[in-house]
Amino acid sequence: MKNRLKVLRAERDWTQAQLAVELEVSRQTVNAIEKGKFDPSLPLAFKAARLFGLSIEEIFQDEAGS
Amino acid sequence: MNNHNTKPDSWAAKNTKNTLIVFYWTVAWILTTALVKFGTEYVWQSNRLLTGLAILFNVIIGFGMVLAVKRYLVGLDEMQQKIQMDAMALSLGVGLVIGLGYQSMGQTNLIPFEAEVSHMIMLMSLTYIVGILAGLRKYR
Repeated sequence: MKNRLKVLRAERDWTQAQLAVELEVSRQTVNAIEKGKFDPSLPLAFKAARLFGLSIEEIFQDEAGS
Repeated sequence: MNNHNTKPDSWAAKNTKNTLIVFYWTVAWILTTALVKFGTEYVWQSNRLLTGLAILFNVIIGFGMVLAVKRYLVGLDEMQQKIQMDAMALSLGVGLVIGLGYQSMGQTNLIPFEAEVSHMIMLMSLTYIVGILAGLRKYR
């Protein structure tokens, strides 16, 4: 699954650690999600969507469908 | 997100607290395990009541440790939980398969020494550590 987390974070000039605090996960988890190594659960994806004021589809894209 | 710099790092703080609680319970459990062994050997010797009480105390503290570990695991984020779960599954699988084989080797005298539970605990602990390291590497 692809995502725009890194771009959205960079647009806001946030560090991975700051985003991790907001999402209540570890910095390592943010890093793994950004790199596409770990797919977040639906609740975490919703949390990220709320944080950035976007829909889940605007952040996460299914690679199989693209 | 204006409040993002002012939001307290409560999740990380809670995790640190949970980790410390696990550490304290583990130390207490190790101490009570030592109390059972060395108390029986050097302090009260054959007093069955004191030995029984020491074992009971050890088991109670052990359950406290298990609950502390559970609280710690529940407090982790989902990727950390997955790493822990994978490592524990690996440890359990290796422990079960190797453990039964090891027991059979002991029973059939294929090994010149007795197959002890402590050997399996060491194997499972090492497997768990390897599993954790592999998980951390996988998601790095």
